[in-house]
Formats: sequence, C-alpha cells, structure tokens
Amino acid sequence: MEHSSDRYYIPHGSPWPIVGSVALLFLMAGFAATLNGSGIGKISMLIGAGILLFMLFGWFGIVIKESVDGIYNQQVDRSFRMGMAWFIASEVMFFAAFFGALFYARQLALPWLGGDGNNFFTNFLLWPGFENAWPSNGPAEIGGEYKAMGPWGLPALNTAILLSSGVTITIAHHAVKAGNRKMLVAFLGLTWILGLLFVGLQATEYMHAYHDIEHGGLSLRLSSGIYGSTFFMLTGFHGLHVTLGAIMLIVIWFRTLKGHFSPENHFGFEAVAWYWHFVDVVWLGLFIFVYWL
Amino acid sequence: MRERFRRIFQGAVYGPLFFLLGVSTAYADWELNMTRGVTPISHDTFDLHMIIFWVCVAIAVVVFGVIIYSLYAFRLSRGAQPDIAMVHSTKAEIIWTLIPIGILVAMAIPAAETLIKIEDTRAPDVTIKVTSYQWKWHYEYLGDANDPFVKSNFGFFSNISPESNRARQLGSGIDVFQVDNYLRDVDKSVVVPVNRKVRLLLTSNDVLHAWWVPELGGKRDTIPGFVNEMWFLAEEIGVYRGQCAELCGRDHGFMPIVVEVQSEADFAKWVGENGGAVGGGPAETPDVVEGTVAAAATGGGAGSAEPVDMELSFDDLMARGETAYLTNCSACHQLNGQGLAPAFPALAGGVITTGALDAHLDQVLNGKAGTAMAPFSYLSNTDIAAIVTYERNAWGNSTGDIIQPSDVQAAR
Amino acid sequence: MSHTADAHHDHHAAPSGFKRWLFATNHKDIGTMYLVFALVMFFVGGTMAMIIRAELFQPGLQFVDPGFFNQMTTMHALMMIFGGVMPAFVGLANWMVPLMVGAPDMALPRMNNWSFWLLPVAFSLLLSTLFFAGGAPAGGWTMYPPLVLQTGNAFPFLIFSVHLMGMSSIMGAINIVVTIMNMRAPGMGLLKMPLFVWTWLITAYLLILAMPVLAGAVTMLLTDEYFGTSFFNAGGGGDPLMFQHVFWFFGHPEVYIMILPAFGIVSQIIPTFARKPLFGYESMVYATASIAFLSFIVWAHHMFTVGMPLSGQLFFMFSTMLIAVPTGVKVFNWMATMWRGSMTFETPMLFAVAFVFLFSIGGFSGLMLGITPADFQYHDTYFVVAHFHYVLVPGAIFGIMGGVYFWMPKWTGHMYNEKLAKIHFWLSAIFVNVTFFPQHFVGLAGMPRRIPDYATQFADFNMVSSIGAFVFGVSQLLFVYIIWSCVRGGEKATTAVWEGSHGLEWTVPSPAPHHTFEVAPEVP
Ligand code: HEA
Ligand code: HEA
Ligand code: HEC
Ligand code: CUA
Ligand SMILES: [Cu+2]
Repeated sequence: MEHSSDRYYIPHGSPWPIVGSVALLFLMAGFAATLNGSGIGKISMLIGAGILLFMLFGWFGIVIKESVDGIYNQQVDRSFRMGMAWFIASEVMFFAAFFGALFYARQLALPWLGGDGNNFFTNFLLWPGFENAWPSNGPAEIGGEYKAMGPWGLPALNTAILLSSGVTITIAHHAVKAGNRKMLVAFLGLTWILGLLFVGLQATEYMHAYHDIEHGGLSLRLSSGIYGSTFFMLTGFHGLHVTLGAIMLIVIWFRTLKGHFSPENHFGFEAVAWYWHFVDVVWLGLFIFVYWL
Repeated sequence: MRERFRRIFQGAVYGPLFFLLGVSTAYADWELNMTRGVTPISHDTFDLHMIIFWVCVAIAVVVFGVIIYSLYAFRLSRGAQPDIAMVHSTKAEIIWTLIPIGILVAMAIPAAETLIKIEDTRAPDVTIKVTSYQWKWHYEYLGDANDPFVKSNFGFFSNISPESNRARQLGSGIDVFQVDNYLRDVDKSVVVPVNRKVRLLLTSNDVLHAWWVPELGGKRDTIPGFVNEMWFLAEEIGVYRGQCAELCGRDHGFMPIVVEVQSEADFAKWVGENGGAVGGGPAETPDVVEGTVAAAATGGGAGSAEPVDMELSFDDLMARGETAYLTNCSACHQLNGQGLAPAFPALAGGVITTGALDAHLDQVLNGKAGTAMAPFSYLSNTDIAAIVTYERNAWGNSTGDIIQPSDVQAAR
Repeated sequence: MSHTADAHHDHHAAPSGFKRWLFATNHKDIGTMYLVFALVMFFVGGTMAMIIRAELFQPGLQFVDPGFFNQMTTMHALMMIFGGVMPAFVGLANWMVPLMVGAPDMALPRMNNWSFWLLPVAFSLLLSTLFFAGGAPAGGWTMYPPLVLQTGNAFPFLIFSVHLMGMSSIMGAINIVVTIMNMRAPGMGLLKMPLFVWTWLITAYLLILAMPVLAGAVTMLLTDEYFGTSFFNAGGGGDPLMFQHVFWFFGHPEVYIMILPAFGIVSQIIPTFARKPLFGYESMVYATASIAFLSFIVWAHHMFTVGMPLSGQLFFMFSTMLIAVPTGVKVFNWMATMWRGSMTFETPMLFAVAFVFLFSIGGFSGLMLGITPADFQYHDTYFVVAHFHYVLVPGAIFGIMGGVYFWMPKWTGHMYNEKLAKIHFWLSAIFVNVTFFPQHFVGLAGMPRRIPDYATQFADFNMVSSIGAFVFGVSQLLFVYIIWSCVRGGEKATTAVWEGSHGLEWTVPSPAPHHTFEVAPEVP
C-alpha cells in the first residue's frame, strides 16, 4: 500500500488550487469590469463562476475520495479541524468589522452629528436641528423616508427557526457519534430544511423592506443611510453565510445517505456543524443589536 | 549648482553630528529640527519633543554602547570563549522592564498635561471657520455684534499664489529657487491679531485635508460633515507659512496656508477693509449663524466692489481670464485645457465650452452636483466673465464670444 | 542525522516541468515560489520608489504629473507590504517551519498552493490598473475615503485585489498555525520551538484576526461607492473616520506582522554567530505575545490629528508608549546574547546586528510619534516616513535578507559568495541611512509626506536622500546576482552549514532533499 495511514498524507501535487485562482481571476476582474460599466464583465464573471464550481466539485471530490479511502490518519483529521476552527475565527473577525461599524455609528458618529462631546459646532454649523436617534438615516436623510424593521414578527420567528436548527444539528451530531444512521439522516435533513426556511423568510422580509411605504412596505433599502447600510450589510452577509451553510448541509446530507461518516471519522460533518453553530451565534448578535436594541 | 552640492555635503556630514550634539541650541536652524514656534502650545510641544528625543538618545547610548563594546570584545578572533551558561537572569529582566516603564511614566505626565491644554478651545477672542476644498482654503470670520474685532461674518478663498502655481507646472522652465516662498505663498492670507486666542472651526467640502502651520503648533484634519476645533495664540507678529497635511488628491502638495499675525490695530483695520466693504462667502455658508450675519455675507464675491456695468476689451478679458483660470480651474482642467481623462473633462473643444453660453455660465456658477466641479459663484462677475471668455477663445476654441460682467450678473 | 531516505517513497521525487510549480504541494517548492515572487515585487515596488525619489531629487516638477506621483506612492506601499515583505515571510515560514519543528510538510499542502497562487492573481489585477485611462489608485495605501472613492475605474480592482491578498494571507496563516500546533515532532514542546517558529505562530494569529477586518473595511468602501451605503458619509449618519478606525485596527497589527518574523530570524541568527544560546528565551516568547496583544489596542495613534475625544487620545498615547517595554525586552535580550559570546561576522550576522541598531532607531522615532502633542507636529510629515522606513527597510527587509543569507546554503546546497555578500551588506547598510536619516530632518522642518514637489528650504536633504536611494537600489542588483550564482553553484555547504548551528533544520543534508522528516525525527 502506498499510503499507510500511519503516515501524514501529503498529496503529490494538485491542479485544483490553480484552477481556483484562474476562476477568481475571471470572477473578480469580471465583477470589477461590470462595476465600471463594461459589458464583457458579466461574461467574465459567468466564466469565473463556472470554473469556480468546477474547482469546488473537483477539489472536494478528491478530498472526499481520499477521506473515504481511509488515507487520512488521526493527525490529518486534526489538521482539518484546526484549519476549520481558525477559518471560522477569521469569519468572526469579518463580521466584527461590520458590528464595529454599527456600534461606532450608533455610539459615536450619530451622537457627534447631534452635537455630543466636542462636536457642538458639527451640529450647530453643519447639521442644525439634527438630533441623535436610532434608527437613523443621518442628518441629510439619505434615502428618504423609511420605517425601521421591528424584531417581533419574522425576525423573532427566524430566531426560533435558527435556534431549533442548532438543536437539530446537535442531535444529528450525537447520532453520528452513536452510529445511529436513521436519526442522523432525519435530523440532518431537518436542519437543512430549517436553514432553507430561514433563507426564504429572510427573502420575504427583504422584499417587504424594499417595498415603498405607500405599498405597505418599509421603503428600507441599502441606501437608507447608516441604518439601511448596517442593517442590510450585516443581515445580508449573514444570509449569504446561511445559504452557504445550508448548501454544505445538503452536501453532507447526501454524503450521509452514501454512508460516508462513521462514529470515529466524520470531520466533514463536524466542520459543517461548527459552521452552522457559528452562523447561529452571529444571528443571535444580529437579533439583539440590529433588530431589537 | 556646485555651491549647492557643497552645502549638501556639509549638511550630510555636520547634520547628524549637529543634531546629536547640539540641537537644543540649534533650533533656530530651521532645516534640522522642529520649529519652536510662536505659541505657548508650540513651545510646550517643542519641549516635549526635545525631552523625548534626549531620552531616546540616552537609551541609545547605553544600549548601543553595550552592543558596540560586545562587538569589539567578544569576538572569536580575539579568542573570546562563549559563556554558554548565561541563558537567563530574572533580576536583569525585571530591571530592564521596570526602568523603561519608569521612563515612560515620567514622559506620559507632561505629555498628558500639554494635551489637555491643547484640547481646551474655550473662550476664544476670534473664531474662524476654515473649509477645505480640493485644492484651496476658504476662511470665514465668524462675527458677532458684541465682538471687539469682528462684528459680522466675512470670508474669502485662499489659493496658491499665481507665481508659485505657474512655476510648479510640469516642465514650466521656471527656476523655482527664484520664486519667492515657492509653494508657500497664497493670493490672500489669513490675518489674526497678536496675543489673542484664535479658534479655528475646521471642516471640509470634499475630502480630508489638514490645516497645519508649524509655528502655530500642531495640525488638525478637516473632515466633511464634521467640525473639528483647534486654537492658537501667536505671541509674535509675523508671517507664518504652512500647508495642507493630509493627502487630498492630485494637488495636495499645492495648498499652502499663510497666516499673518498683526497688531490689534492693524488687524482691526484689515477687518474693516475686508469685512465691511468687500465681503463674500460661499453659497453654502451656514444659515444658523444668520442672526449674526450682516450684509457682508450676501455680496457677490471677493471682487464685487467692482462695478457691474464695467465694459472690458477682449484682450483685457483674455489676459485676466488666463490668470483667473490658472488660479481657479487649471488644477483640474489643466493649463492647456485638456483636462485629465477620465476624471476631469477637456475644455479645449468641449461641448459646453464651445456650445451655448448659458450652459457654460451655469456650469461655472453652479457647478455640477455630485462631481468635483464645485460652484464658483463666489468669484467676482469680472473674474467669471474673464474666465468664460478665455475658455471660449483659448486652446483653439474660437467662438469669438465676449462676455461682460453684466452678463454674469444676469445669469446669477 | 535523523533523515532517512526511504526507498519506499521514491515516487515522491520532485515532479518536473511546469506542473512542479503550478500544482505544487511541497512546502519547499511553494516556499521558493513565495520568495521569488516577493523578490520580483520588491523590485517592482522599488522601481516605483526610484520614480518617487527621482521626482523629489529637486524642487519643481521634473518628470511626472502629480497625479501619477500619488499613484506611485500608493502602489509602492502596496507592492512592498503585500507583495514584498509579507510573501517573503510566508516563503521563509514555508521553507523553515516544517524543518524546524520536524514536520514532513505543511499541514494543508493543497491550500498552501492556493494561498500562493492567489497572489499573482491579486497583483495582476492591481498592476493592470497602471495601464487604465484614469491610472492606478492614488489615494495612499491607507485608502482613506472620501478621497479613495474618487479613484475611477481602478477602484474595484483595488478592492478586489485587497480581498484576494487577504484570502491568501489568511489561508497562509491558518496553514502555519496548524502546522505548528499539529505537526511538531514528538518531543518538540511549545517552549522548545525555535523563536522563528514562535514569532511566526503569533504573527499567524495576528493575521487571522486582522486581515478579515481589512476585508470588511474595503467591502464597505465598495458598497459606499457602488451600492449606495453611507458608512463613511456623514450625511447618512456615517463617518469618514470610521474607515480609519477599522483600517488601523487592521493596520497596526499589520505593522507587527511585518516585524515579528524578522524578530524571529534575528533571534535565530544572533545565537548562532555568538555561539551561545539565546538569552531569556521565555521572556522573548512572552514579549512577542505582549506586543501582539498590545498591537490591537493602539491603533488610533495613526489618527491623533483627526479630532478624537481627549480621553481617546490619552488612552491611545499611553497604550502606544507601553509597546516600547516588551520591544525593549527583546532588544536587551539580543544585547545580552551577544554579551560574553564568541562572535564572528558572516553576512547573516552583519544583517542581524544592523537590524538591532537600525530597528531601534526606528522604534525610538516610533515612540516619539506616540507622544500625542508632539505627533500633532510630526504627523503626515517625512518624520513619519523616516520612522516607518527605518523599521521596514533596515527592519523587515534586513531581517529577510539576513534570513536568506542564513538559510540559502541549506536551500541550495552551496555557500553564497561571502565577499560579494559583505559588499552588498555594507552598501545597503550605509545607503539605507543616507536615504532615510535626512528624512527625519526635512520632516521636523515641516515637509509633509505624499507631495511631489516641495518648498526650496527642503531641497538639500531631499537630494541627499535621493542619492542614497539610488545607490541603495542599485546595490540590490548585487543581492539578486549573489542569489543567482549561489543557486547555480559554489562551494558545497555542509549539513550544519554554520559552526554555531543548532536545531533540527541543520540536521538535514544541504540542499535539503525534496522530502524531509517523513519519519518524525528525534528531537535533540
Ligand atoms: C514594521 C513596522 C513598524 C513597527 C515595528 C513600528 C513600531 C512602532 N511604531 Fe510605527 N509605523 C509603521 C510601521 C511600524 N511601526 C508604519 C508603516 C507607519 C505609517 C503608516 C502610514 O501612515 O502610512 C507607522 C506610523 C506610526 C505612528 C503614526 C504616526 C503618524 O502618522 O502621525 C506612530 C504613532 O504613535 C507609530 C508608533 C510606533 C511605536 C511606538 C512603535 C513601537 O513598536 C516601537 C518600539 C521600539 C522601541 C521603542 C525601540 C527599542 C526599545 C528599547 C531599546 C527599550 C527602551 C526604550 C524606551 C523606554 C524608549 N508608528
Ligand atoms: C516594506 C515596505 C517598504 C519598503 C521596503 C520601502 C522601500 C523604499 N521606500 Fe517606501 N513606503 C512604504 C513602504 C516601504 N518602502 C510605505 C508604506 C509608504 C507610504 C505610502 C503612502 O504614503 O501611502 C512608503 C512611502 C515612501 C516614500 C514617501 C512618498 C510620499 O510620501 O510621497 C518614499 C520617498 O522617499 C519612499 C522611498 C522608499 C525607498 C527609496 C525605498 C527603498 O528601500 C527601495 C529599494 C529597492 C529598490 C530600489 C528595488 C531594487 C532595485 C532596482 C529596481 C534596480 C534599479 C535601480 C535603479 C534604477 C536605481 N517610500
Ligand atoms: C476640483 C476640480 C475642478 C475645478 C477646480 C474646476 N472644475 Fe470644471 N469640472 C470638473 C469636473 C469633475 C467636471 C465634469 C463634471 C461632469 O461630470 O459633468 C467639470 C466640468 C466643467 C465644465 C463642463 C465641461 C464639459 O464639456 O462637460 C466646464 C465648462 C468647467 N468644468 C469649467 C470650469 C471652470 C471655469 C473652472 C474654474 C473657475 C473649473 N471648471 C474648475 C472639475 C473641476
Ligand atoms: Cu488638501 Cu492635502
Ligand atoms: Cu501603528
């Protein structure tokens, strides 16, 4: 046997990373060109996205194959775990930047514009009459009239959904450890269904927000000053992560159906579970600071 | 040239020595050290600078001294034997943690005291609102009927002086050493009274800039949408020069500041000349101070004293237009009217500059919202007439149009 | 010798042709690619610096348009920081960390390849903007809004290339953390690791925590420009300063990212050539960790002049001053390592000693900048430029060069040309000072940074500085020649290479075979 599992497995070269780089080249250059108003940008983006998908299938495909073939020993498994953990840490910091923006705007920028601290003249000379409040689209009322998104309604429901999905995935986790396939399949399935439900409700909420006030909506848009900016950027990036997480859950679910995970060896499952918990925790932060307080 | 090389050589050799040995007496030498300035704050700052500098020198002498000695004494070629057992010493480590902490605490106290003084902008004698533009300054003296000096608001723009502006163009062929105060001179300086607390309220019209005159001590950024404060109290009559100190785009290097500190009497006279007869302010001066705004704030710009019904000849307009264009427009549209693609459009052969006159005047008076093209309505009718005439007849534009100040007044 | 050439693994010999590089998963190949890439970028960024110095040779505009000058300043910094110093350090980590901890390779070899190959993509996007109609980004490497929003067509390319650099750095950092935490040979306890490994471990944590924040910051720039958000627009309730806070929350740790690995290299070199163990090993580790911790609470010292509340200014002044303490501990430990050693001065040692002197000078000016009232005068002048070039050029770059000379025999199996290398050292060490020391003077005298033209009283020192820069620049051609000839041939290097070598990396043959430590080594 070439690769005894007592050795740390080092692949002999792989085409996928460079394929991924080429994909990102097309994707990013295409996106940038699109933003500059160039027509070919979109085509380039499509090509890039296509190559990226191809890369993801290829790369994950080979990793899954190697995993199933039992090439990875305990130490490799540990490397994957640590890698995933630190990846999630970096994601936390990405969200931290946006949370930071939210806190800064609420605790500092808006009070200053309203004349707090050493900013009497800011208010007096530049923004007379502006009073600090939250939510706010700023003294120039960028984006015009809008209504804030309340917490009790869809958001509360979504909180419940996401929290229960956290419970279901934990049950699935216990099931995988106990080797209980049936339970695993059921609860993992339930988890991604809840995930998709969340995404669907979030989309409904966005549509409601974007509709004009006259048409029963909130007129709340990305361009509704700092409130709209922070609201949509935070919930939007979160929604994106939920979507990715749900796709990952579905992939893992199919892998479960194929019998990929054993009680001892189920890194793929755990990685996704961790990710899901991370998404969950971020949502709690969002619910409290974006919707509620 | 050779003379300069000699000076450079001397500077290179003596400079560092001088700096290390005798700076405290050499502060007069403006080329080597921070200026001591003319305000109490700048003096405090200078002292802090010198203390921390000497602290660093002292530490450097000790640390570098020990290392240099080691480099000499503990060489293999001198037969030094390594002391392999020397790997750790808690005592040494405590000492070289505590001593620096002590030094730093000793340093932090005066620094904090000065900082607290700097931030105290209360009870000023004169308040000037400074607004930065790409790439010029606008000063507005905030007046009050009870104020001993400034009874009513008045303001003006301050651009780089035409001489410097001409010399600084790429390939201008002008020897900049022959230009007085090259890049440090403006067409209209700020004037303040001596020994009075002057407070600046700083904001910006477009991007970040920073207002800095070294001798007045410290700089402060101007931020669009926010007002920052700083103050100074100049103790010596004189002319002090500085410039914009925050990257603000292409002509960041060409936004000088000149402050003239004058006696109270001279200052009062200057205010009378500028605030009474010739007033003016940008269209967007705040409405809040309306209560205190007198007639001065409503005038037609820096040159509105000139009669509107004045008729100028084509040649006069072109000559004046060229200068005014150089001062106000060339930063973006370039001397040759070619602009800088894609940000700044060419005026040579431009649609507007060769098309309808109304649209042209409108563009200049009102600018174009959302672009760098600001409204220039604060310029005098004569200047605008001259600029527009110039633009329509220079660089191969040949509309033959002659625009008079009255036309501009009509378009306002 | 603990390395066993295992016949069983013959198929592991280096693959040949382009696949070896494009598909690389071997840490040594990837390390080499990183180092070559960094060298190329150092030259690209250096060429831009030469354009800057040529324009500043005399007052008056001689060569370039002011807009182009700003593009050069901005691109120079981005090339040097993200293209030069950071990839060079990752390259050194790739080569040396597995060798030092006795690992067969990096923990995640495929990802290792990706984190490298994202860099050429990122920099092609960024460099391509030089040929755009509106030119490259010109708002400074700090990308402050609102100015950066005026960039034009280059703007989204700037943002996306920063995203890609960030992805690359994060993946590289994760890989290093995992390698160090999971791949150490049995017996290689954490407090037995060489300091280079320690400093890189801490640097990698900094990267993981700081780079995503930069990604967030530039994402907000992108949406402010194209999607109507108001993060940095006061009218909408945002604040241009908010960007600065977010940026420097990344930016200050970033400057330590650029110096900690150099600390590590110096901590390897000095004991080797002093033939004496590093003094105060544990305190070195703790000092590094404290620097890393403090680096997250000093960021606003870059923004003293923006008009922060007094309490904020005081807090950031005090925390900034505090950083001198752990850094001092490091300097004193190096000093004590040399004390009663038995030193020889091969080129790596020369660079390390110069590092200690010149980095300290940069550190002292940093401390001066930290005194807030004084910074009101220093800020945005050439005094700041002098400060950070002292910590970056004779700091980070000398650290890298010292490391290259130190380890090159291990990589290539040949000794480099010691005589030429010494010439390279002396030219660099002298002219780096000629270039950057006078900048202290012009800065104090009032010359702002980021200007293409200046008042005539600054003329003399600028000319000195430019001459220094040209000679320093040309000297670097010698560096390339020395590397080139060392790769091509030269005196055979022994396994230990240096008389005072100590550690696992010196137990594998020179050149290090394509695969090392496939069986975990015995830790001495
Ligand atoms: C490798 C990079 C690096 C490093 C290590 C440092 C180290 C330090 N820096 Fe520097 N810095 C930069 C890179 C770096 N910096 C860059 C790139 C910028 C400009 C960014 C831009 O605007 O573009 C900058 C700007 C900058 C500023 C902002 C200036 C301004 O814009 O106005 C300040 C202000 O506090 C500062 C402070 C410090 C301090 C206190 C340290 C300390 O860590 C230094 C500590 C070291 C010592 C003090 C010397 C050794 C110690 C002893 C021998 C012990 C005893 C000493 C005493 C008790 C004094 N730096
Ligand atoms: C690691 C980072 C790093 C490094 C290594 C350098 C290296 C150099 N830097 Fe840089 N620099 C920065 C980081 C760095 N810099 C940053 C962050 C800024 C701030 C940017 C901003 O304001 O936004 C800056 C800004 C900056 C300025 C200020 C510009 C301004 O404010 O307008 C100047 C001016 O002198 C300068 C000069 C130099 C020089 C001469 C070198 C030299 O050490 C370079 C030497 C290398 C070479 C020259 C290349 C090799 C040789 C050749 C290519 C051969 C050909 C040579 C010739 C033809 C002579 N740099
Ligand atoms: C800070 C930069 C700046 C300055 C200074 C400036 N302009 Fe402009 N100007 C612009 C920009 C940007 C535009 C393009 C606006 C747009 O997008 O339509 C413009 C457009 C114009 C146009 C219309 C050109 C066309 O064909 O579309 C005219 C005419 C003009 N400017 C005249 C002037 C005059 C006269 C002055 C000086 C009194 C001046 N500008 C100063 C930036 C500037
Ligand atoms: Cu205005 Cu720089
Ligand atoms: Cu810093």
